[in-house]
Amino acid sequence: MTDAVVEPSSSRAANSAARARMLRAMLPALSFALVVIAIAWLNPRAISYFGFSLMLNLAIPIALATIAQMFVIASNELDLSIGTFVGFVGCVTATWLRDAPLVGALILLGSIGVYALLGALIHLRNLPSIVVTLGMSFVWQGLAILTLPTPGGKAPDWLSAIVGFKPPFIPFPILAAIVIALIVHFGLMRTSYGAILRGSGGNPVALGRAGWSILRVKMTLFALAGLFGVLSGMTLVGITTAGDANIGNGYTLLAIAGVILGGGEFVGGRVSPIGAVLGALTLALAASPLLTFMKIPPDWQVAANGVILIVVLAARVLISRRER
Amino acid sequence: MSVPRSNIVRLDGVEKHFGAVRALDGVDFQVDTGECIGLVGHNGAGKSTLMNTLAGTLAPSRGRIAIRGTVEENYSVIRAQRLGIRCVFQELSLCPNLSVAENTRVNHASLKGFGWRRRSAALISAKLDEIFPGHGIDPSDVVSDLSIGKRQMVEVARAFTVTEAPLDLVILDEPTSSLDAHTAGQLLAFVRRFVETGKSCILISHLLGEILDNADRIVVMRDGKVVAIDNASSFDRTRLVTTMGGGNHAEKPATRAETIAKQAGPQRVRARSGRQTDSTELVAHEGEIIGLAGLAGHGQTELLLSIFDARAAGRNVEVTAPVALVAGDRQTDGIFAQWSIGKNIGIRSLTRLRNGLLISPRKENEMAEAWKKKIGIRTPDMNNNILSLSGGNQQKALFARALGSDARIILMDDPMRGVDIGTKLEVYDLIRDEAKAGRTFLWYTTETDELEHCDRVYVFRSGVIVASLNRGEVTEEKVIQSSFSEAS
Amino acid sequence: MTQIRAVFSTPWIWSFVGAFVVWLATITFTGGVGGGGMLTAALSLAVFMVIVGVGQMFVITLGPGNVDLSLPANIGLASAVAMTVMNGQDSRIALGILAALASGAAVGAANYMLIWALRIPPIIATLSASFIIHSIDIAFGRGLQIKPPPGFADFTNVQFLGIPVMAMLTVLFTIGAGIALNRMIYGRSVLAIGQNLRAAWLAGVNVGWIRFFTYTLCGMLGGLNGALLAGYFRGANVDIGNEYLLSSIAVVVIGGTSVAGGKANIPGIWGASLFLVLLLTMLNTFGVSAGVRLLLTGLIIVGVITAAGGEKSLR
Repeated sequence: MTDAVVEPSSSRAANSAARARMLRAMLPALSFALVVIAIAWLNPRAISYFGFSLMLNLAIPIALATIAQMFVIASNELDLSIGTFVGFVGCVTATWLRDAPLVGALILLGSIGVYALLGALIHLRNLPSIVVTLGMSFVWQGLAILTLPTPGGKAPDWLSAIVGFKPPFIPFPILAAIVIALIVHFGLMRTSYGAILRGSGGNPVALGRAGWSILRVKMTLFALAGLFGVLSGMTLVGITTAGDANIGNGYTLLAIAGVILGGGEFVGGRVSPIGAVLGALTLALAASPLLTFMKIPPDWQVAANGVILIVVLAARVLISRRER
Repeated sequence: MSVPRSNIVRLDGVEKHFGAVRALDGVDFQVDTGECIGLVGHNGAGKSTLMNTLAGTLAPSRGRIAIRGTVEENYSVIRAQRLGIRCVFQELSLCPNLSVAENTRVNHASLKGFGWRRRSAALISAKLDEIFPGHGIDPSDVVSDLSIGKRQMVEVARAFTVTEAPLDLVILDEPTSSLDAHTAGQLLAFVRRFVETGKSCILISHLLGEILDNADRIVVMRDGKVVAIDNASSFDRTRLVTTMGGGNHAEKPATRAETIAKQAGPQRVRARSGRQTDSTELVAHEGEIIGLAGLAGHGQTELLLSIFDARAAGRNVEVTAPVALVAGDRQTDGIFAQWSIGKNIGIRSLTRLRNGLLISPRKENEMAEAWKKKIGIRTPDMNNNILSLSGGNQQKALFARALGSDARIILMDDPMRGVDIGTKLEVYDLIRDEAKAGRTFLWYTTETDELEHCDRVYVFRSGVIVASLNRGEVTEEKVIQSSFSEAS
Repeated sequence: MTQIRAVFSTPWIWSFVGAFVVWLATITFTGGVGGGGMLTAALSLAVFMVIVGVGQMFVITLGPGNVDLSLPANIGLASAVAMTVMNGQDSRIALGILAALASGAAVGAANYMLIWALRIPPIIATLSASFIIHSIDIAFGRGLQIKPPPGFADFTNVQFLGIPVMAMLTVLFTIGAGIALNRMIYGRSVLAIGQNLRAAWLAGVNVGWIRFFTYTLCGMLGGLNGALLAGYFRGANVDIGNEYLLSSIAVVVIGGTSVAGGKANIPGIWGASLFLVLLLTMLNTFGVSAGVRLLLTGLIIVGVITAAGGEKSLR
């Protein structure tokens, strides 16, 4: 993403196409900036260390769930179970991980393994991922309720301590978002195997012809989705301090929206980790603080997410049209 | 053939069957070290199948492949790459969402670890600089941002990069199809230098000039067979064209239409391609059979589709009667694979098959049976699944769909691909009868023989009409002459 | 003759077999008590799944990538619209149902407009739309305490010989849907598009219009379902349609409709709906917890799709 700016390309055609792509890549940052500016205008006091810490309180789990969804979308699939999976992880974290850390850790590792197996199943049997993951969403929710029939439990103390960390100058959620975005960006966009992972969404046939195992690629991507789902559930419980089987239900749709807002596309392996994190932050800000400041009743806050999504998609269609 | 050199690849009696079609019908040939082989032939002569067999993507039905004298039993893409044989496929095999450097990494498992991006970028840059000086491609460019010509340059250059696996033979399938004259020249010059270092190359091109100027030996294919192998110096353009076209024509249709001076009926179709710069346009009248000729993929199908979708095509196309299309690519454009033969025929005529609001099974069966008889579909029951038919009979069902409809203009998109000769002759008769009854046919075909049924033939090259031949003027030589451009 | 053989070789018969087995298992557990009542209750609840299932079936049959994720929000909104328009008066029942249908049709048409104008995959289009519809519903339906008109509420519960009248009407409706699917130009066109969109276009099918109509139809059925649910459960509710996101897709897939498009099955939707409802009844009778119930439902859906799978994905 950055290379295109730094290194001038001598070709005109590639330049204009790259410019359009740049513009598209800038959209997530632009929409995020717009939301922040709107908040600053409506309520200047919100733009402060304390204000951001508060407003972005829940942004980190959303960002992690969005990254999880992004890995799945990178392989041209879709995960409709990530929300209930996050809820399940939350329940395990608030019970087993606190009471019997070893068992808890094994359960979470096992669930990542289940994700990898789902990737294999979807690839080998050529199944529609949305039906499989829709079914899995029931499985995770059932397991969550079995683990924690009523909301309760307690986050492990070390976890609460981590998410309660107050770094100097930069609010923790922003610092964490930057760290997450950079780590995933490095892993997926800069490593040699990351290129193969993304290539599987772009042209799996060519990858197979060059001797790569698509099965392995798919399992890796799904396992990464599971890993980030686990991280999302853990941080969520760290922040809310207690588990609830239904706590993550809204995350499925938020995560898809975040990836799309962040410039990702459903097919073709075009995803951007930095964009996805920005998209998640935008949604987190737009979802409640902005609308509260705008005195929009909470009833309409979900709609705002839908409208933002549609506006961004419309903007993208306009940009792509100009590309032609 | 002067000094015996060691050969890299040797094919003995290689055959490849797709169902009843023999795409390769006993091919023997070999590639020696340090030579460039030019491979030419008309559409469907078997060039692509041969190339895929060499690259390991298709396993031969019969025959032997030997690499450097060793017979390969389980030949595959991976094996071919390990043995130093690479292939640049006509359809691009780059990942459009990755950068040029990342795409290079896809082909080289050893490009990993610290600094792989730098090494990969250096590798592809060096090769691009070597082949296409002044190419203007940056290794960090994302492939989908590049023009089609630049993508082809990247694809070609990537095939010549070397890390761990050896590189002895590169197969280039129409490598210059998207390149301008300058870059094409650069590539061909590079191929000569490559060959002079003792490596080998197979060059497939429809630009005969390219082949004559750059190949050491030329292999001419026709109907799945190698019909001539000789030193390039012993060929000239005329000899190539006649060898490709073949002297012995298939039996001329017995009822070679009497040259009737046809009364030109009212105009049915007027169309021109958006890329056409002069005023040439395609015109068809009632009762005419119009041929669209030239090499495959030179804009014939596009023009047919714009006639089919005349409302969307705007001022370039004018159509004055209902249109139906007979697809040539049956699987992607024609067949509904889950339906019976009867349903496949009826889909274009549903409004006529109704009783009130409901489709009448009786009328549907009647139509199916009528066409079973009329066009001779060989099946015990028209309610059988369409896939139970042979390719030729499937094609007859598609003809029945179009001819059974209310359309007065029938577009045919190379419909005889992979169809047996018996079926062809039956369909030719039907087409002539229907034309006599006032229907207009626009017939894109890659088989020159079929053009003899046409009242007028338009020859296409690079998306535009380059020649218009009237009945009587149409000869295979003339069509090939117009289809292959002189210079590269 | 061939038709009878075809009936027994079709996969949807197994959904009825499954439903029957589950029912048998349950009455074995209860010692034969309440078998009939259980069927009556199951028929009543299956009706709602069948109605949205038929709409979803037409959408899914359009081919890979087509699915309507806005049904839950659509159903919730329509339930509120119906109750508001009926306003508890028997004389306004028909008007209320019409309003629910119109609300659903508007949602469906809006869905297709997003798909067409923004050229975005139906999944994300219907998803974005559902966000907005959901909000409209929350704002509009908040604190809506209107009870359904007594006549309407009775209608959703009335039985004849132990069979809910609504189930009989729904059988008639599904027969109509079957005729539309197999004997009308509309159904033929949907099947053709689902098998091969390009071939359908080249065979003269009006692809754009058929797709538009299908999404609108699915929306309308969602609207109808909202009105009926509000009558059955004695009032509108924002979350009244939530379970129909999964179950509408599940009954279509379990019922033998191909997720790859182009092959649809109406009787299978009845079998699958009864199967799912009876499965829940069975798990309740066995006294398993909500968690186990969800877990088993999910596993069975994944199991069925895996067994029936091997086809190209929905996207």
